[in-house]
Amino acid sequence: MNAKLKFTVATAALIGATGAAKAEDLTLCWASWDPANALIELSKDFEEKSGHTMNFEFVPWPNFADRMLNELNSGGKLCDLMIGDSQWIGGGAENGHYVKLNDFFEAEGITMDDFIPATVTGYAEWPKNTPNYWALPAFGDVVGWTYRKDWFERPELQAEFKEKYGRDLDVPNSLGELKDVAQFFQGRDIDGTTVYGAAIYTERGSEGITMGVTNALYNYGFEYGNPDSPYELDGFVNSEDAVAGLEFYKDLYDTATPPGSSNWYMGENIDAYKSGQVALQMNFAFIWPGVEADPNVGGGKSGYFPNPAGPNGQFAQLGGQGISVVSYSDKQDAALEYIKWFAQPEIQARWWELGGYSALKAVVEDPGFATSQPYAQTFLDSMAIVKDFWAEPAYAELLLAMQQRVHDYVIAGNGTAQEALDGLVGDWTETFEDEGKI
Amino acid sequence: MIHTPMDKIAEATPEPMARKVRGLSDRAIAWIFVAPSIFLLLAVNIFPLIWTIRLSFTNYRVNRPNRDIDFVGLRNYERILTDSDTWMTMQATAHFLIWTIVLQVLIGFALAYLLNMKFKGNDMWTTIIVFPMMLSPAVVGNFWTFLYQPQIGLFNYVVTFFTGGDPSSFSMIGDVQLAPWAIVIVDTWMWTPFVMLICLAGLRSIPDSIYEAAECDRASKWRQFWTITIPMALPFLMLAVLFRGIENFKMFDLVVQLTGGGPGNTTTLTSIDLKREAFEKWRTGYSSAYAVILFVTVFGLASIYVKALNKVKER
Repeated sequence: MNAKLKFTVATAALIGATGAAKAEDLTLCWASWDPANALIELSKDFEEKSGHTMNFEFVPWPNFADRMLNELNSGGKLCDLMIGDSQWIGGGAENGHYVKLNDFFEAEGITMDDFIPATVTGYAEWPKNTPNYWALPAFGDVVGWTYRKDWFERPELQAEFKEKYGRDLDVPNSLGELKDVAQFFQGRDIDGTTVYGAAIYTERGSEGITMGVTNALYNYGFEYGNPDSPYELDGFVNSEDAVAGLEFYKDLYDTATPPGSSNWYMGENIDAYKSGQVALQMNFAFIWPGVEADPNVGGGKSGYFPNPAGPNGQFAQLGGQGISVVSYSDKQDAALEYIKWFAQPEIQARWWELGGYSALKAVVEDPGFATSQPYAQTFLDSMAIVKDFWAEPAYAELLLAMQQRVHDYVIAGNGTAQEALDGLVGDWTETFEDEGKI
Repeated sequence: MIHTPMDKIAEATPEPMARKVRGLSDRAIAWIFVAPSIFLLLAVNIFPLIWTIRLSFTNYRVNRPNRDIDFVGLRNYERILTDSDTWMTMQATAHFLIWTIVLQVLIGFALAYLLNMKFKGNDMWTTIIVFPMMLSPAVVGNFWTFLYQPQIGLFNYVVTFFTGGDPSSFSMIGDVQLAPWAIVIVDTWMWTPFVMLICLAGLRSIPDSIYEAAECDRASKWRQFWTITIPMALPFLMLAVLFRGIENFKMFDLVVQLTGGGPGNTTTLTSIDLKREAFEKWRTGYSSAYAVILFVTVFGLASIYVKALNKVKER
């Protein structure tokens, strides 16, 4: 048998062995951010092994929901795979945008018990707390804090702080302490530059201020409703504790944030922190690999801590996403192949190495995980205290109402915290009435 | 005999077709020519308008294809018109509309008046002045957010250079009192050149002979300005106001980039509010009613204005 014939036979055998699967051009849609670049790198392995080609459609965060929800609502075929925000899961399931994955998981031996429980509830299940899966947890994320360790360690600042507050300048254990630290740095001269306390989420247009303020509200006692009676909002959303939480956030904004930070979200906070304007920043964990690699603030100059406790508990706003197969895609089989490949422990381990936050227990519970990166332990601690915003099909209405009410009080200074939350109860009640849930 | 291209086409037309065409009246031929345009107009403008009006009486949501669509009568209209937030956005829009038009007309006309005088470098200055309107509104919005930054922005430094004080003591886009003016300033910076160009065209259309006659009658420059320049440039000025009024009623991109509608709802203009209702909250029926209300408002105001404009032109 000559070499050419041998090659032909070998190729035919290979095609036969793979079930003559057609090579597809798959498109994965996600937000445009650092982890997306890591996913491109990771997906090269899938392309090699499967023969499919991966294309990527990444949209900047402020426009991500608009662009992608338009795509889904119009039944568009642009995306075969969607790494959609956690709050989309209700709409994705009820409006038929996502393919239900239970049968696929069962057939492929993928079990949700292998993933961090909070990410399964947050990214995959609808209705919540039922075994109906519409996504595979893809990227664990949570709001946490980054601080200038190098500034905290300066003896003169430590001495001054101790004299003023009677304790060491260190990672804050409570929201009250966090405010003290932020106020301590506000307007301070460090190396000839005026710096400020904390960069917090204040953005008005999309979801920014809501993703920020909830970190105070949860810990003061805000609840999305009566735990025993869903959609009963009055007295829970606008409880005295919730009002105190909202007042705390406004006070933090008024007294400890850079001037002009009235419309800041992830990108602005990163910029302020990396350029040395602030001592602390609130941000999702996805930024931490970038902070560590930054020449100005990385390499040991920064530290990380979970959202500190408030008077009524310690919680943090869940971020992150699951990966779903879009029901309008003509290439669902190839898209499911991608999910099967992505769920493998070795791929998840590689995902973490590249800067993606794996939600697989095998990765995060590995004995070496907590020390694998300076922020790994903080990530684990934060993922243990997460709470998420509504994931109802009407989440966008609920979100925009909160954006408006909270921004109007915290940033514009209109009315009182009680009025803002009472107004929010009214808005949300109207939405749930429209939805037929009340 | 001269053979025009039309004669050649007529000769080349097969006899049966020519007979058919010859049998059509002028009116029928005219309809054949305008039919495609009318069809397009109906498909692209009129049908969506009628469809929007129909949707405005329902609870339809485009993101809920599986949900029943109920007829809700005037409920959407009632909710919009009794919602205090709607009136706040209307107020914000009115503030933005009135002040941008006033400032752009005053500054634009003044610039046009200066540029209409013959001086060295006239063309170069015209080009420099029109530069802002060549930029994308998204770009303008983006770089003005930097200019307005209290710590690094040039705007605060310039203001405090003249007034004294700390540049970071005020925030143009974060302050409830200042934010409405922040968007007015940026829009004025960007679109004054447009008004200036229209005014310049108007000023250059006034024949020199009229001024020469006025000078023979010993009319002062002041009197010439009020009795010749302003009346003859008025139709152009009114046209500029109409264009800017319609454009600014639809203002979206610039303001979204600058303030996102904040702080609170301070700079949420109607177009931003409508977009949120339609494409973020997906309340299609409600937003259709909102769109109809805005359409009637703009159409009504524009109609009255165009009538006034025609009267001025007839004078």
